[in-house]
Order: sequence, then C-alpha cells, then structure tokens
Amino acid sequence: MSKFIEQPRFSCALGAQQSVVAIKRAVPILHSGPGCSGKISSLIGQGEGYAGGNTIPCTNANESDIVYGGEEKLRTVIDGAFQVLDADLYVVLTGCTSDIVGDDVGRVTGEYQDKGQAIVYAETGGFKSNNYVSHEVVVKAIIDQYVDKFKENNGKIKGLVNVFSTIPYQDPYWNGNLEELKRILSGIGLKVNILFGADSGGVEEWKTIPSAEFNLVVSAWAGLGVAKHLEEKYGTPYFHFPYLPVGGVETSKFLRQVAHFTGADEEKVEAFIQNEEEKFYMHIERTADFMLEFRYGIPRRFYTLLDASYAVGFAKYLLNELGIVPAKQFIIDDTPEEFQAAIREQFLNISECRSVDVSFGVDGGAIQQEIREDTHKNRALILGSGWERDLAKEIGADLLILSVPVSYRLVLDCGYVGYNGGLRAIEDIYDRVLDTYR
Amino acid sequence: MSAISLKEPEVAIREVRLGSITGFEGTAGELVQCSRAGNLQDGTRRFSQCMGCSSGNAFCQLSMIQDAAVVNHAPVGCAGDVFGFNFVYRVGQMERKLPPAIGRYFNTNIKEKDTIFGATEKLESTIREAYARVKPKAIFITTSCASGIIGDDVEGVANELSDELGIPVVACFCEGFKSKIWTTGFDSAYHSIVRKIVKLPEQKTNKVNIINFWGSHIFDELLKPLGYEPNYIVPFSTVAQLEHISEAVATIQICPTLGSYLGAALEQVYGVPEIKAPPAYGVSGTDNWLRELGRVLERETEIEKLIEREHARVLPILAGYRSQLEGKTAYITAGAAHGHALIALMRELGLTVQGAAIFHHDPIYDNGDRTSDALAHAVNTYGDIGSYNVCNKQAYELVNILNRVRPDIMIARHGGMTLWGAKLGIPTLLIGDEHFSFGYQGLLNYAERILETLDNKEFVTNLAKHSTMPYTKWWLEQNPFHFLGRNVHVEVY
Repeated sequence: MSKFIEQPRFSCALGAQQSVVAIKRAVPILHSGPGCSGKISSLIGQGEGYAGGNTIPCTNANESDIVYGGEEKLRTVIDGAFQVLDADLYVVLTGCTSDIVGDDVGRVTGEYQDKGQAIVYAETGGFKSNNYVSHEVVVKAIIDQYVDKFKENNGKIKGLVNVFSTIPYQDPYWNGNLEELKRILSGIGLKVNILFGADSGGVEEWKTIPSAEFNLVVSAWAGLGVAKHLEEKYGTPYFHFPYLPVGGVETSKFLRQVAHFTGADEEKVEAFIQNEEEKFYMHIERTADFMLEFRYGIPRRFYTLLDASYAVGFAKYLLNELGIVPAKQFIIDDTPEEFQAAIREQFLNISECRSVDVSFGVDGGAIQQEIREDTHKNRALILGSGWERDLAKEIGADLLILSVPVSYRLVLDCGYVGYNGGLRAIEDIYDRVLDTYR
Repeated sequence: MSAISLKEPEVAIREVRLGSITGFEGTAGELVQCSRAGNLQDGTRRFSQCMGCSSGNAFCQLSMIQDAAVVNHAPVGCAGDVFGFNFVYRVGQMERKLPPAIGRYFNTNIKEKDTIFGATEKLESTIREAYARVKPKAIFITTSCASGIIGDDVEGVANELSDELGIPVVACFCEGFKSKIWTTGFDSAYHSIVRKIVKLPEQKTNKVNIINFWGSHIFDELLKPLGYEPNYIVPFSTVAQLEHISEAVATIQICPTLGSYLGAALEQVYGVPEIKAPPAYGVSGTDNWLRELGRVLERETEIEKLIEREHARVLPILAGYRSQLEGKTAYITAGAAHGHALIALMRELGLTVQGAAIFHHDPIYDNGDRTSDALAHAVNTYGDIGSYNVCNKQAYELVNILNRVRPDIMIARHGGMTLWGAKLGIPTLLIGDEHFSFGYQGLLNYAERILETLDNKEFVTNLAKHSTMPYTKWWLEQNPFHFLGRNVHVEVY
C-alpha cells in the first residue's frame, strides 16, 4: 500500500500538462474534471506562459460525462481548440474521470490524426502515476504519434543530440538549467535539441528527434525510459549522466564523459572546459577568503529534501567545492525501487573520503520530524521547498528553496546547473546567510 | 428557498438547489427578470477552458481553521492547491499577529490499485496518522472525483473514526465533476461544519458572525461601539469558536456567493438572523445594509446617526473623485455577488460600466429572500447594464470582448483574468481583500486605487507591445458567444 502524503512536492500524472506548456506553441487539451488544471498550475506553474494556466482547453467533466461517457464532448472541445487557439501542437491529456469511466480517447484523437492534424494523446489519469513518470509518457506520445511522421530516411544529422533532463516546471529552475545545458553542450561542438523552454526551437526542433546521432539523459531516472524507447525505435544510442552537474568539477566531468561518448573533438572540448573553468574558479577563489574568514557563522552541514537528480548534484557540489558537509539526505521524488540502488551508490561514493546515507520517502511531514529530532550542533543549510520555512527557523538553518512549492521565490531564468549555475548557487546560498544579520 | 437538512451527508449542488447557471448573454436587467420569472435558462459551451472545482473552494474554507486538520482523499494532484492556501493562511497569521504555523494537510495518494479495490483502508490509516501527528480538535475529509467514482464509503469511515478518536471526523463531499459552479464547494464545507461541529446554543451572546474569507477586520469599528462583538468565520476560527456560532445574535455575509448556505443554515436551524440586504457596496447599498443591520441588532437610532455622520464625511470627498472619474469606462470580471458589488461601486464613482463577465449566477440565495439580490439592487439603483455575460472563467470569451470593448480600465476580482487586460494594454486592477471596498470608506479606497491604476499606463503599454497572443485572428473576429448554446433548461425552483 502506497503511503499518504503530507506536504506534497510533486503532482499527479496529469501534472505533465506543464511539460506540454513548456514546449513552444504547444497546447494541452484536458479531458478531465474542472479543477485539475488549476491545481496543477498552482503547485508547478509560475506564470501562464503562451497558453497555459487559464487558457488551457478542458472538457470540465460533469456528472453526465461520468455516466454516459465524455467522448462527444471531447470532440467538440478539440474542434474548438483548433479554431480558437493558435498552436503548432495539441496534446490531449486525460484525467481520473476519463480513465476510470474508460473513454476511448485514442479513437477520438485518431480521427483528427487521420486528417493530418497536429494532435496526440496520452492517458494521464491522476491516480496512474506522478508527473515524473508521466512526463515520459507524454514525451513518448508526442514522438510516437507525431514526430515519427517526420522522420527523415536519409539518416542521422552529425553531432545532433537530444537532451532529456530536468522536468519542466516540476523543476522550478528548468528553463535556466536547460539553457545552461544547451550552452555548455554547444560549447563542446554539439548541436543540441533542448526541446523545452526559451532556448528551444519548438515543434520544428522536436521533428528532428529521430535524426539525432545521440540521446543524452541528464537525470537520475526520469527520462531514461524515453532514451531507451528511442534506442529501440530509431537505434539512437544514449548516454546517461545520472544527476544534474553543478559547479566546476562535475560539469567538466560531465562534458568529458559526453565528449568521450559522442567522439567530439577533444581539443575543442578541452579548450572550452579550460576557458569555463578559468572563469568559474576565478570567482571561487574570490569567495575563499569570505568562506574562511567570515566569523559570524555560515552553514557547516546541509539537509536535502529534493528529487534525486538535484540531490546528488547539489550534494557533490556543496561537499567537494564549498566545504559544506552532508547531514541527512532525503529523496522525495517517489523514486521507483529499481533506480534506488544506483542513487544510494552515488551517495556512498560522494567524495574520496566520505559516504553518506540517503533515504527515500514522499511524506514531507515525517521527513521534517526526523530533521527536527536530529542533533543541531552547528549551523545547517536546508535544500528544500517552501514547506521548510518554519523548520528552518526552528533549527536555526538557512533555507535555499530548490523544490516545489517554490512560492517564496519568483523564478525566471535562474538555473543551478553547470558552471554558471554553480556560481548562482553560491550567490543564492550566501545571500540568504548574510541576510540573517541585522 | 432551499430547506436545510442536516441529515444528509451531502448538500445538493447549486444548480439543483438554487437553479444557478454558468452561461448567459444579455443585459443585467434581463437576467434579473428571468430569475424572477423562474424561466432562467443555462447556456452550455461547445468549447471550454479549465475552470475551478468544488474541492478547491471547500478546502479554502476548511484549511485555515486553526486547530483542525484536513485529509484530502484523492490522488496527489488534487492537493496541488494546498500550498497556495497554506501561503494565504500564513499571511493571515502575520496580519493577526498569530505565531507561524503550517497548515496540516494530508493527501491519501490514491493510486491505480485503489481505484479497483477501494481506498477506505488507506483513508482510515491516513486519518489515524493525521490525528497522531497533529492532535487536532477536528479532522475534515475532502473527497475527489476519483474517490467519488470508485464509491468509497467516506461517510462510514468518518463516523467510525469519530468514535475511535473521540473528535469530530467530518466528511465534506466536494467531487469536482458534480457541479459546474465551484462555489458549491463553500456550501459543502459549511454543510459539514453545521452538521458536525456546531452545537446547540446554550446562551445568546453579543457576537455577530461575519462570514468572510480572510479579509481585514473592518467590522470591529462598526460593531464594537454598538455593543456587539464581531466573530470572523470560518478561516482563522478555532473549532471551539465554530461550535458556538449558533449562539450569535446575527450573521453578516461579506458576500452571499460565499455565505449563502451558512447564513441560511444558521437562521433556519438555530434561529440566528441573517442580514439579508445585499452587502454594503456603494453609498445607497451601504445605507440599505446599515439600516437592515440596525433593525436586526436593535440599534436603529445609532445607525441613523452613523449614516448621517458618514455621509457628511464621505460625500464631499466622493464628489471630488467622481469629477475625476466621470466618463471613464470600465469592464468587470468577478465572481457573482462581488461582481454585482463592483458594478455598483463603479457606477457610484461615475464610471460607465461597459459590461461584465460574471462567473455564475444564483437567481436566489438559500434564504429565499429576493431582497438579497445584489444584481437587482445594482440594476434598480443605477440602471441596466447592456452587456452582461455569465461566464465561468472562460478567458477566450473575455479576451474577445475586451478586444472589442477596449475599456479605460478592467476590474478583476480573481486571478487568471488580469493578464488579458494587460496584454491588450488595458490598465487592470485586482483587489484581493474584499473588505477593502466595503462601506463608505471602501468606496473612497477603491476610487483612489482606480486613479492610481489609470495613471500607471507605462507598464501595460510596454507589456502589450511585447506580448504573444495565443488566440487566433479568426476567433477575435467572431461573436464572443459563438460557442455558447442557449437552450438548456434549469430546473425551476
């Protein structure tokens, strides 16, 4: 029996509506209850974007749709969406109501696909999974039902790589993170399909997914299924880097591994890395005297309540490059059991001289209680969500909000991945630390 | 009038209870007339955008009871709104100088297997754990589409756990698919409170219930000099406070869309008189409301003096504002009763209301009293409104209308709508605290904010220049009610 959740930090399967919103000029069409979309936007959607939030078409299931089925209503709403909204791709997503009563959404959507319209569907009834899992479901649906029609038979485009990484909106910093990933991968000479956000090429970019020479998964587990699927479907080999690289050490390691896998020009790669590291460590050096001399107290250890990709990436960075030591680490993304061992392994080998234990759980209330009961000998940093405000105050910790709900921060293109993200993390952590002094 | 029955676990939805509708195109006067004649028809839309649902509105009222916990019996996505309410709760704590606390909300995390085998065991264990963690004075269970369709016996679990834990464990039925009018969720929350929390009155007190959201405490200075004590409910109440709302001398509603059911239930079941005049917005609205209050509280002389004093203070200032605002045009979008209040306010301030898109329409409230009809009051006092649209948050209709009407200002009451004014370069104002515009002073407060907004054109002008528009050219050229059908009968009440 799966456990109840106090303080939710992710959404249900339908939460993948935000993955669609993150694709330029794509529009989700919900075949769900009336309140679903707004609740999702409330937890994982700052700002409407092009056609998210209140713009999202929805069948707003009512009692008669439950009793008699809602397929006809879905047809009229799809018809309307084509007429009213100017978009490049429409993605029909089902909610609990449709999936329990068993509407044949595939058939309804199929009628439009047969007419050549840019529309796909995915079954995302809330109870089926969470948005980490359904993000994969939706990405696969778009590829199988739409992108596949445009696959070129003249083979792969040299150096083109599809990136499957952090999940739009579930990661509040997704846009900034993806921009930095694209920047550094382009820096070593790759052509990057980043697929989501301001720096992506929209649906046209998606159409080149089958032509990519490689797929890159930069994530602990979410997104891995997409790469495996593409390997089977198009024979595209994939490389899996199992966390978000943050800071100099990890980003350089990431780039070298990618370069090795893709066979990128080594000289070019090293030149890029050297240039980036030079800038990065120039700033790190400037922070050293502050870190060593600031006498009024800065955090010495950190608690983590993050998804696996963030947790590993930040733990490595804080420990190895900033000298903040891991306290208890909690992974809150409902990690499927099959992926847990590999994540544990990362923490067991977090540095050359240190092993850290990690636990998996979705019940924020229980996790907070465990942290509260820990011994608090020195100043701590919490990497968590808006739920941790009072906890941080109680134990005298500083809080950097990295996870949803993120309500105490307004996020635009801030990101924590890569060289630039590492610097940004330092600024943001010590901004919060220094702000505690009068 | 709807008869309140506390025997039933569920309260009937507004469509059935009050004949409420979500689709109408015409003039405000026509709508009032149809409502009176009992031949109001609902319109259904062939194209629709996402709305809200009852579970959010039920949670809105239950989530800020200081010593209660809420168990949301649903897949985790249904709890997507809990942090938003937690945020509101905590802002309210600051304003009320309460110590910081997070809302204690639990989601049963219904999974696929549960939809086959049922999830009542899971609900039970969640309630037990919520009790162990929080030791609340009451636990409310909010239901979901999933729990409703799979047919979990939530009422049975609630009763059983009430006995086991020795505190009220109360089912609040608010499945999203049941009603198109999400304010039905308020009724669900209030029904669960009146049914299982409120006790028989032991003694009459000098308290006046004020059914509100989490607005500022503006009723203190009105009621205290009259010898009465305001009791702001339901957010920020304690369970003990709610137990005794049956002992109050009267009930005031800040907005009958919100408090219709609770006001009527307290009057019908416990004899607490409800102030039935439409809430005090605009000068004549405030006069009316105060006189009704004076009559119920037996303070008529004091109220007449107050009215006189306030007129003398406010009317000259108001004249100044009117001269600045005369001839300006406004478009309004808001929930029902507060929308009617805003219409009155704008016209009192001399603005021309070009039209309104109001989320739903209740032809009558639970008290069955026609004098509570705020729209009728607005029409009778200030004249008809030519373009009155009942529209449950359908942004596409609003954008189409705004694009034609191009008012000097758009006034919105709820989130998600303001963007469309601003994207078209129309100065747009949203005021969150509904108490801000209440009474005589509220009129002046609003006038000041409207002038500020009209003056601040740079932001919207620049935003409009750089904004994208997801609506097609075709759509913007259609009749805004192109998708609205007009032949659905609503049960005559």
